[in-house]
Amino acid sequence: MYDFTYQKPSSIADAVKLLAEPEAKALAGGQTFIPVLKQRLNKPSTLVDLAGLGLAGIKAEGDKITIGAMTTHGAIAASPEIKKAIPGLSMMAGWIGDTQVRHCGTMGGSLANNDPSACYPAAVLALNATIVTDKRRIGADEYFQGMFTTALATDELITSIEFALPVEKSAYEKFRNPASRYAMVGVFVAKSAAGVRVAVTGASQNGVFRHTEMEQALSGNWSPDAIAHIKTPPGGLNSDIHGSAEYRAHLITVMAKRAVAAAS
Amino acid sequence: MGANAFGQPLTRKEDARFLTGRGRYTAEIVLPGQSHAVMLRSPHAHARILSIETRAAAQAPGVLAVLTGDDWSADRLGGIPPGESLIRLFGTPEGQGYSFRPPPRPPLARDKVRHVGDTVAMVVAETLAEARDAAELIEVEYEPLPAGTDTASAIGAPAVWDEASDNVCFRWSAGDGAAVEAAFSRAARIVRLNVVNNRIHVGALETRGALGEYDPASRRYTLHTGTQMPHGLKKELAEDLFGVAPDRLRVLVADVGGSFGIKNALYPEQALVLWAARRIGRPVGWIGERIDGFLSDYQARDNVSVGELALDGDGKILALRVRSLAAVGAYLAPEGQLSPTVNTPALAGVYRIPCIEVAVTGVFTNTAPTSVYRGAGRPEAVYVIERLIEQAARETGLDSLELRRRNLLHPSALPFRTGLGLVYDSGDFPAMLEHALARADHAGFAVRRAASAARGRLRGFGIAHYCERVAGAWGESGWVELSPDGRATVLTGTMSNGQGHETAFAQLVADRLGLDPADVDVVQGDTDRVPSGKGTGGSASLSIGGAALAEASDDLVRKALPLAAEALEAAPIDVAFAEGRFSIVGTDRSVGWRDLGRRLGPERLEGVGSWKPETPTFPNGCHIAEVEIDRETGHTSLVSYTMVHDFGRVLNPLLLEGQLQGGVAQGVGQAAMEHVVHDPVSGQVLSGSLMDYQLPRAADLPALTLETLATPAPSHPLGIKGCGEAGAAGGAPATINAILDALAAVGVAKLDMPATPERVWRAIAEGETALPRVRKDGELPPKVMPLEAAR
Ligand SMILES: Cc1cc2nc3c(=O)[nH]c(=O)nc-3n(C[C@H](O)[C@H](O)[C@H](O)COP(=O)(O)OP(=O)(O)OC[C@H]3O[C@@H](n4cnc5c(N)ncnc54)[C@H](O)[C@@H]3O)c2cc1C
Repeated sequence: MYDFTYQKPSSIADAVKLLAEPEAKALAGGQTFIPVLKQRLNKPSTLVDLAGLGLAGIKAEGDKITIGAMTTHGAIAASPEIKKAIPGLSMMAGWIGDTQVRHCGTMGGSLANNDPSACYPAAVLALNATIVTDKRRIGADEYFQGMFTTALATDELITSIEFALPVEKSAYEKFRNPASRYAMVGVFVAKSAAGVRVAVTGASQNGVFRHTEMEQALSGNWSPDAIAHIKTPPGGLNSDIHGSAEYRAHLITVMAKRAVAAAS
Repeated sequence: MGANAFGQPLTRKEDARFLTGRGRYTAEIVLPGQSHAVMLRSPHAHARILSIETRAAAQAPGVLAVLTGDDWSADRLGGIPPGESLIRLFGTPEGQGYSFRPPPRPPLARDKVRHVGDTVAMVVAETLAEARDAAELIEVEYEPLPAGTDTASAIGAPAVWDEASDNVCFRWSAGDGAAVEAAFSRAARIVRLNVVNNRIHVGALETRGALGEYDPASRRYTLHTGTQMPHGLKKELAEDLFGVAPDRLRVLVADVGGSFGIKNALYPEQALVLWAARRIGRPVGWIGERIDGFLSDYQARDNVSVGELALDGDGKILALRVRSLAAVGAYLAPEGQLSPTVNTPALAGVYRIPCIEVAVTGVFTNTAPTSVYRGAGRPEAVYVIERLIEQAARETGLDSLELRRRNLLHPSALPFRTGLGLVYDSGDFPAMLEHALARADHAGFAVRRAASAARGRLRGFGIAHYCERVAGAWGESGWVELSPDGRATVLTGTMSNGQGHETAFAQLVADRLGLDPADVDVVQGDTDRVPSGKGTGGSASLSIGGAALAEASDDLVRKALPLAAEALEAAPIDVAFAEGRFSIVGTDRSVGWRDLGRRLGPERLEGVGSWKPETPTFPNGCHIAEVEIDRETGHTSLVSYTMVHDFGRVLNPLLLEGQLQGGVAQGVGQAAMEHVVHDPVSGQVLSGSLMDYQLPRAADLPALTLETLATPAPSHPLGIKGCGEAGAAGGAPATINAILDALAAVGVAKLDMPATPERVWRAIAEGETALPRVRKDGELPPKVMPLEAAR
């Protein structure tokens, strides 16, 4: 770790002001960022801890569920409201990392980071959620812009994420990277007011993406068989020591079928 | 307890300390005035060092020293000794040896770096952060050279050493080549198999560390470090590196968080902290990070072999021939030649194989050096023979159990001299196989397989049956001292790395002396206090170190007897010792250790014992793994694991079970998960963190079923055979045999470790398109050897 100044503001306005300084960085659960700092891969001037902003909490209203940016994976997995309204999201949060990671890591942190093998991007995209920041509201289709890249400005803070209800069907299937347990291929399937959506994470070099061919097939017939024949071209998919592009392409169909079956 | 302690499942004395965070590892030792070191490592797999610019680093805040290989050589210090003698086994030709044995390795590379992670410079500063900051200021100019990291193609790859243009370190063989040749020429069938034993990063929970002190007044060095062999380390550091008498050096070992062989041998950092401490006049500490471990810990296994079995028309084995290429890495580690050679006799397995020939070529690659790791060659050998047995069954069409039964050594054939010269003295292999099959419910397997198939899963049943040679190589002494409060203090030169020696030895001595194990203290890991020691290795701490302590206990009783007689006012001849008390025979008058302790004057009462086995012991076991494979993803789950073992007499069944759990986990890890992967062109390590290197987790293992079918070791005074490495010997072959059994249903005949999901998925895809050609009876495989170089 390099030296930095630590700040823990108590209002969003103060936090944003601090973040406007060059090389200032937000700190949420630290599950991604602290290892990065320890490996000296980032040299922030100031670390702005978001823990004092009151951004944690889950609110269920009739037509939407709002999750504060600082809500942990553990809280999301344990929420009875989420389990009832969006079981796929609950399932997904419960499979992230291990107990320690789930009790520190946050949904806002995960979405701001947009790791190409993170799980939330798939849920947010498939459910067409809205990312609410201190400045604006961003639709999921606009928000994700390639691996580790989002629509956020450097001094923009995610404050919450809104999921419109009702969600008719939702499920997530994840083939874990054998070592890290991140998604080697994760597929979130959903049927909601936004229609049928299939979002794939872990597989592509450009981060999360929608699988439109599968979406069309499932719109007519929500069943694993409807997509069993669909092959994803391996071009543009990740290839590493754990899985080649061809293997990932194959896993997309397998995971999608299983997610559809789980949501049936 | 007391006199009946032997055989009890005592919980570990160490547990309270370890489980409540009170263990004391090298990183937790902080000395007054301690400074902190970091190592600058090579980013290249192979490069010439053109220059090292250290001025900016030396002037950075808090920096106490920036040291390079030039400084080391200017101080006229020595190097880490490369592995030495190549063992002569039965049939090893005279004069066989090294093609090129590298010179002693200076702890900091000078002209060349030979693997990613090679140590290039050391920075010592007031704080760790300052040392790291300064290390970033060192500028090293490298001229990158072509590198090779692959074992199979090492011969002919860019030369790691100019002196060895073919990358051959040694050529070594054993066994009766002529007899094998003759047997092959009259064989009804020859079964041939290429196997890869993948390179492993051991990944002990506690990373390596070293803390050095130097006292100018006494001119003595003190090293605090984790090791299995404190006395050997002391001797090497003193004599080979610093050129001083061994008594100028003290090695202190606190708790060790796992080693598995990998903390056995001397490492550069252990010498560097002592040297730096002497130069700056302050203690210098270095604690490796995970990345240091991934790049510079000695690694393990890494060989490719061709195994061939000659069979007669009845499926009886006539001969075994094995040729291997074994990677020693970029340097020859202090014990780098051991694993591929010394333990090849395990190839004989549990079978009546009349003759065996093994030839090994040790090769250099631009990788971290390899060294001993749990089993040290035995798991590799067991893997070859146990894969071959299954392959033979497949090719002959004989049921694998039938083939095993036809070839197993029967107890009536013992003692049996194997094709590599060992004489097996005990064991009941046929009974063991039948027991294991019963415990693993082999009879119900077909039903379970059908149930799996109904869920789209492939189920497989895999056997690995082994016999290890343990505890034949060295001796150990032990000391048991009576303290004034009636407790016993044990001194031993072995060194626990988490196995539970404090408990085991206390239990053993308590049993002998009739004491409560809680009243026996074990002292280890201090070369000033413990007079001598070989250390822990080769499953032999209990069988060798323990046997010495049993004798030391008896010696203490002998020496205490006159004292007891005096206390009892009786003639020594009338006094007898039993269950912790010395009594006048035929009376109820007696004294115990407490009474004797109170009567101790200034003189010490100490028993001394030693044990150097003349013949080894032969622990053996049969492992059965059952797996289920997800056909669509290639993911394998280990659903059950059964072991029937013969470790002779068992001192503590709980500790034994712990040893087997860990060993099996490591075997299963190698079979299905672990793999050190290098970029084939740059030689970069692609599996350099726990995010990419998969160690087995608790959830990857089912509960193990364990059963003992013990035959006491005839050659051992306590009947003990040794159990520390057995789990690793069976784990990998049992798992792979189970996976191959499952995959046979879909036409897969070939798969190498690690059986990662993608490899299994690909094998299934290929198997389904190309079902293997079944060899016609009598048809011989082509005569060309894929590993001609191994000759
Ligand atoms: C062992 C392990 C396993 C894991 N497994 C998985 C997995 O299976 N699936 C998965 O999805 N993830 C996984 N993760 C990642 C985990 O979910 C992280 O918690 C998450 O990616 C980052 O969240 P955080 O709250 O820890 O953010 P931090 O690490 O604190 O921050 C991450 C980044 O986001 C920025 N940031 C944080 N909050 C905000 C905000 N509100 N507005 C703007 N920017 C912000 C920070 O500046 C930083 O750049 C794993 C992590 C570990 C350590």
